[in-house]
Amino acid sequence: MDASVWTFKRPKQNALVRLLDHKPFLTFLCMLPAGLLLLLFLTYPLGLGFWLSFTDTQIGQAGEWVGLENFDSILHDRVFINTVWNTMFYTVVATVGKFALGLWLALLLNENLPFKSLLRAIILLPFIVPTVLSAIAFWFLYDPQFSIISYLLVDVLHLRTTYIDFLGTPWPARWSLIAANIWRGIPFVAITLLAGLQTISPSLYEAALLDGSSGWQRFRFITFPLLMPILAIVLTFSVLFTFTDFQLVYAITRGGPIDSTHLMATLAFQRGIPGGQLGEGAAIAVSMIPFLIFATLFSYFALARRKWQQGESND
Amino acid sequence: MDSITRRDSLAIGAGALATAGIGGRTAQAAIPVADVAPPKQPIEAGASLRVLRPSKFVDPDEVVFRANTQKFTAATGVPVRVDFVGWEDLRPQTAVTANTGAGPDIVVGWPNDPHLYYEKLLDMSELANYLGKKYGGWYFLAEKYGKRWKTNDWIAIPMGGTTGPCVYRESWVHEAGFDKIPNDLGQFLKLCQNLKKNGHPVGFALGNAVGDANGYCNWLLWAHNSFMIDEKGQVAINRKETIEALKYAKALYETFIPGTMSWGDPSNNKAYVAEEISLTQNGVSIYYQVKNDPKSAHIAADTNHAPMPFGLAGKDPSSALVLNAMVFKHTKFPNAAKEYLRFMMEAEQYDPWLTQCLGYWAQPLKAYAKSAVWTMDPKIAVYSDGCGHEYWEGYKGPINAAAGAVSANYVNVHMFAAVSAGQATPEEAMKEAERQAKRYYKA
Repeated sequence: MDASVWTFKRPKQNALVRLLDHKPFLTFLCMLPAGLLLLLFLTYPLGLGFWLSFTDTQIGQAGEWVGLENFDSILHDRVFINTVWNTMFYTVVATVGKFALGLWLALLLNENLPFKSLLRAIILLPFIVPTVLSAIAFWFLYDPQFSIISYLLVDVLHLRTTYIDFLGTPWPARWSLIAANIWRGIPFVAITLLAGLQTISPSLYEAALLDGSSGWQRFRFITFPLLMPILAIVLTFSVLFTFTDFQLVYAITRGGPIDSTHLMATLAFQRGIPGGQLGEGAAIAVSMIPFLIFATLFSYFALARRKWQQGESND
Repeated sequence: MDSITRRDSLAIGAGALATAGIGGRTAQAAIPVADVAPPKQPIEAGASLRVLRPSKFVDPDEVVFRANTQKFTAATGVPVRVDFVGWEDLRPQTAVTANTGAGPDIVVGWPNDPHLYYEKLLDMSELANYLGKKYGGWYFLAEKYGKRWKTNDWIAIPMGGTTGPCVYRESWVHEAGFDKIPNDLGQFLKLCQNLKKNGHPVGFALGNAVGDANGYCNWLLWAHNSFMIDEKGQVAINRKETIEALKYAKALYETFIPGTMSWGDPSNNKAYVAEEISLTQNGVSIYYQVKNDPKSAHIAADTNHAPMPFGLAGKDPSSALVLNAMVFKHTKFPNAAKEYLRFMMEAEQYDPWLTQCLGYWAQPLKAYAKSAVWTMDPKIAVYSDGCGHEYWEGYKGPINAAAGAVSANYVNVHMFAAVSAGQATPEEAMKEAERQAKRYYKA
């Protein structure tokens, strides 16, 4: 054999190897596990929820198709109508609160502070604590007999003579829950916006300073527009989280007093699981979807698709 | 777990036998027993069982229940796995078991669950009749919840019931001019007013508290001879007795400690233990807690129990939460499952459990009224006949899903809460409750 001539021969590839080299097929294959997971754990339950909302299924009894009867029934139910209003009120007020305080906190943290990293870590605490634990903590704070807030005001500072009934009447109960939700939501907003703030080039501020701008002008014309894309994303997430909140309300008031603090999620659970009316519970849960789609589309179209994001001027 | 071998469980069983023996010796009274042959239930070869039951409220509930189970394993060689689940998770898990035909063989569940799934349950008549004959008969509520509505077929074996009578501070009630809890509604109101005047207000839950708030509001309704549902299963809340009950509730609410509108199930326990309230309605857990803590010994010494006033009803107008054990048809070992329930209900096992739970569960079988638990501490004797109360969820109607939905959605509680808080007139609140109840009792 002549060793000086080396002829390389590509080994004959079998069908499997050739198939795997086919890019569209490989892409499909790699996405398959994720797709199956989504199908199994997202699409199926969602589809089942839709289906249940059109049936009169009860726990322990298979239901029959009843069309829109469940929706008709909840639309004539005062408790449901009040719950929808309450959910919207809760979402709007809590989101505004979280954003106002979160943005403020992000701006403060963006300044040069001593112990900056430590402070940032502390800010994250409310977000790290499991919701149920913080809910139970608030439940203690709001207790009609054992509230530390009431104790301080009445027994230590003598500013009041009676303990505060945080959760016993509708409006104070709503505000108390909103306060708890804001407390929990601030870190998420603050930390994400802080990340956004740090991507803004300092040279822009320097140029503005040379032009003699005021602090408000720098915020209005540099910080705010450049923060807009991330603001839109955070706003979307925040609205979705708040609208679908369950744990805080369920752990603190169970929807009481007299159903005045129910959110759609807690009402759907109460009707569906302890109450056994799965069909009606599913109908309430499905009724949340249009609101959620609207909220998502609003923040997407109204806030995120500004021309300057594609590098054009903002006319 | 399933991986426990038979030898392991025998060993565990032997140990448990010893501990149960020690526990049992402290208090064991002679339970009067009739000589009845047990039903023939030969245990299937290779049988094993899974049992689901609600989590404990007092420690011995779980400890003795597990010890008894291990005794069963030691005696029969059948490994049994018992899972304790949270009270609110039990109902959905029972539903999943019923719907999928898989999972536990036995569910010791909530009172009306067997009535929802009766088609999927084994008939328990033979076992129930045997237990009834041997132990002096079943109490009213045990029979009500154990038998299918309007039939003589047993679909479940009731294992115990817990009630919420009046828990009160004796010295404060004396101070208010009463030597015991009066049976008359007017006198009871007077007592509560005096207590409030003396700075010891009463407190009953009016928030979304499944157990306590429903218990209090059902008492208000039934003590005035009113009811939510009539015998035919129609919503019947719209009646003048309801208005009377609502007016009474409003007057009684004036004597409450502030904040009861947001009270959950644990709130009255906390307030009572902190000596903020003089009187409430609860299971034995408050007394158990103050008795076991040396710091609150003076509260325990001053605490007593009494039935809530009978009012116009003439008998105790309250119900009991009954533990109702059901065996699913999907079990591969029906005889082993029935034998397990028989074993747990026999005096050698049942009496130590009853005794060490200190009155938390009351017996469904009349012979156990002789148990030492009811004489050891006379203060808890009032819990003894919990299963003898003649009111049930959805009284006077059938035990069904709608009755469960009405309680779970607090229809009755909200009616009383709205009037008590002054948010609605009695007529408005009653109409709203009628409307809500009809949503579940629609044809």
